[in-house]
Amino acid sequence: MAKLHVSTTINGEPQEFLCDADQSMLDVLRGPLGLTGAKEGCGTGDCGACTITLNGRIVCSCLMLAAEAEGQQIGTIEGMAGEELHPLQQKFLESAALQCGICTPGVLMAAKALLEKNPDPTEHEVRFWLAGNLCRCTGYDKIIRAVMDTAADMRAAR
Amino acid sequence: MTTNTPDTANDNKWIGKRTIRPDGADKVTGRAAYAADTTMPGMIWGKVLRSPHPHARIKSIDTSKAEVHPGVKAVMTAKDIVNFPIEKSVMLGIQDMRWMCRNVMAREKALFAGHPVAAVAATTEKIAAEACKLIVVEYEVLPFVIDVEEAMKPEAPILHDFIRFKDKPSNIAGTLEHRLGDIGEGFAKADIVIERSFRTQPVHQGYIEPHACLVSVSDGKATVWSSSQGQFMVRAMCAYLTGLPQNDIRAIPAEIGGGFGGKTIIYLEPLALILAKKSGRPVKMTMSRAEVFHASGPTSGSYSTVKLGATRDGKLVAAQGTFCLQAGALPGSPIRGAAGCAFAPYDIPNVHSFGYDVVSNRSKVAAYRAPGAPIGAYAVECVMDEVAEALKMDPLDFRLKNAAKQGTKAAHGPVYPRIGFVETIEEARKHAHYTTPLPKAGKGMLYGRGVASGFWFNAGGESSAQVNINEDGTVVVITGHPDIGGSRAATANITAELLGIDYKKVSVLIGDTSVIGFSNLTGGSRVTYASAMVVTQSTERVITQLRERAAKIWKIDPDAVVWENGEARPAGDNAGKFEPLSLGQIAAQASATGGPIGAGQQLNTMGAEGGFATHVCDVEVDPDLGIVRVLRYTAVQDVGRAIHPSYVEGQIQGGAAQGIGWALSEEYIFNKDGKLDNPSFLDYRMPVSSDLPMLDSVILEIPNPKHPQGVRGVGEVPLVPPLAAISNAVYDALGRRFYSLPMSPPKVLATMDMAAE
Repeated sequence: MAKLHVSTTINGEPQEFLCDADQSMLDVLRGPLGLTGAKEGCGTGDCGACTITLNGRIVCSCLMLAAEAEGQQIGTIEGMAGEELHPLQQKFLESAALQCGICTPGVLMAAKALLEKNPDPTEHEVRFWLAGNLCRCTGYDKIIRAVMDTAADMRAAR
Repeated sequence: MTTNTPDTANDNKWIGKRTIRPDGADKVTGRAAYAADTTMPGMIWGKVLRSPHPHARIKSIDTSKAEVHPGVKAVMTAKDIVNFPIEKSVMLGIQDMRWMCRNVMAREKALFAGHPVAAVAATTEKIAAEACKLIVVEYEVLPFVIDVEEAMKPEAPILHDFIRFKDKPSNIAGTLEHRLGDIGEGFAKADIVIERSFRTQPVHQGYIEPHACLVSVSDGKATVWSSSQGQFMVRAMCAYLTGLPQNDIRAIPAEIGGGFGGKTIIYLEPLALILAKKSGRPVKMTMSRAEVFHASGPTSGSYSTVKLGATRDGKLVAAQGTFCLQAGALPGSPIRGAAGCAFAPYDIPNVHSFGYDVVSNRSKVAAYRAPGAPIGAYAVECVMDEVAEALKMDPLDFRLKNAAKQGTKAAHGPVYPRIGFVETIEEARKHAHYTTPLPKAGKGMLYGRGVASGFWFNAGGESSAQVNINEDGTVVVITGHPDIGGSRAATANITAELLGIDYKKVSVLIGDTSVIGFSNLTGGSRVTYASAMVVTQSTERVITQLRERAAKIWKIDPDAVVWENGEARPAGDNAGKFEPLSLGQIAAQASATGGPIGAGQQLNTMGAEGGFATHVCDVEVDPDLGIVRVLRYTAVQDVGRAIHPSYVEGQIQGGAAQGIGWALSEEYIFNKDGKLDNPSFLDYRMPVSSDLPMLDSVILEIPNPKHPQGVRGVGEVPLVPPLAAISNAVYDALGRRFYSLPMSPPKVLATMDMAAE
């Protein structure tokens, strides 16, 4: 079957690619586009390691068809930092909110989307928002604290 | 909100500080390269064909159709792997190559559903998967056995004809025994004797990164990029299984996305190497999550019986334990951890601890965080709770009364040097968690509190390090251990402390097998312990050189130079008057004073000492839904010395979370066909963030006298107490004891229904 041609925007930059009709967005990101920050932990939408944003909403890129990116805005971990790290990235480093780091890109993408929607989340809200991002190393303690501390810093900076 | 332990820096500048890990920025920006993130020009993809049967003789394998399928570049079977005859043991560390060669690919028989039988390399993943379906395997299906108790019965299907127990074919592949005193005499003195049996299910390490590797073979020399807990283990096992000499294999450690013991052996690497050799192309292989569940890890399921005897005044006088552990398809379950650690926290004069290593038709177990110890502690610590209750003693007071201390002879061998177990109990007892009353039952909810303690051996072993001073006075440290959770930061803290320089001037790299000397696995809670020793000795040698260089510049005796706060200074007025020379100033003149400055050290590190912990857990039980929720959790642990407190806390918290999963929700469920029914993160239920509270970690520092910084090791002890702590808490809430894990909602409801009837 012929490949599909897709025109999309990734991290604010126009991007074109060819894909199979049944190919996942994760496959295209990690393969031809070389954006390996999104990780495949399960391929079934259960672990959140492949979390990206589609028009600002978080999705598991393993469950999204690459062809669905046509005309849409995609955000990946590679677009999170500018010249400086995003406050969440900086806080994760300061708080040791990562150990092996394989879940970290997905957790950061989800946490960033949360703070854009809700700048003052409760612990309960953070825990339920991040419930789709499995972390096996940290027990989540330092992750939850880092997200809440970042939210507080960002509110204070406003 | 709970709080964490503050900095433990004391007078130190860097040791005990919460520095930012050297590899951190790459990991928060998605740049860190894990095994599946690497590609090579001309790379093709490997896929594994796996047995659908839990037990079957392989009569023939016909790969001819797959070989001619368009896009296929190579096909392999067990014939391509070095065959280690079944009669003769070939040990590499604790792994026997007889088993390893049969685990990576089935030889005479397929021994579990998911056992590899062939592998294909093709230009795309899709073609490789299609070609696997073209391989025709003729099986003679055999009866199978999964459960450990079933497998031990005389009438059980036998996996291996060569395994004999008491002169008969058996699935009991080995035993281990520890004896102290005379338990007959001990139990005769007891006023209270309680004996109980316990069952646990196999649980998976659950690392989020599936196994992956990329192998290139060029001019007969192989380069292996893979996610493992030891590049030297990868090199050695690949050499054994492929027949290549070690100098023709370079193993490069990718960043590792979690291991917890599960990546201390290899699965894909030798297959990819053989496929790469046959095809002449670099071959990449990754496991799907389902393959990870079916065919890698987990730890043993178990059946244990523990009997404790105590006098009326609360002194333990005798202990007996039998621990039967599933090894999976090939021998090697962690009975040493189960039988050895079970009674280790206590001073008991009469002990008999016995372990059975039992094969059955499921994937071969791999190490999982304090392998075996949580299984042993679960049984012992639950019976401890019952004995304390029978004695009408507080469970922590009962543990304190019997706690092992310096001079206690442990059943597994050692007489303890200075250990910190008593301190963990005392700290737990006065902790705000333990002194705060539980919520009162209400709104249909029931509440309970449980405690448990635990022990792990910790480990030393071989490590290598090299410390080099750059021309600008910055420092590069190379060690040989994959950094699984922040060990680079600990290494940088130690080096900066000893040299008296800014932490940011120290880079820490993990060397591949061609760059740094042999270093044993990242495992056994040994990395910070052992690398601290070789890094310390290397840095001390560097400091000696720095003093010599300063002496040369000043034209005085090296003994008249001291190294303080990152500078060489004259030792006193007699040495002469000179302005101090900084590391940067000495480095800039290195060529003129004798050449590059640097030193390495390689050791088989000794003196690792055991670690102890005591955990307190509060649960809320919904008796209508059977849901157990952990409301509050506190883990107190003697770590010896916390080189980087944040990552020490992280180990403790992560271990506790895995224990909560093991206790409440995780289990391998096999169907009637002997296949795993829940090979996904949806159905194999690990804790998610909304399942857990904050996990309070309390670090105690009772230094290990045999270590330059006092380190004991951290990572494994935290998984030892949780199973029993949670079980005891559920009892406290429901007034009903569970003797089997996980305490999942259906099981809780069934037990409650039984109680109602």
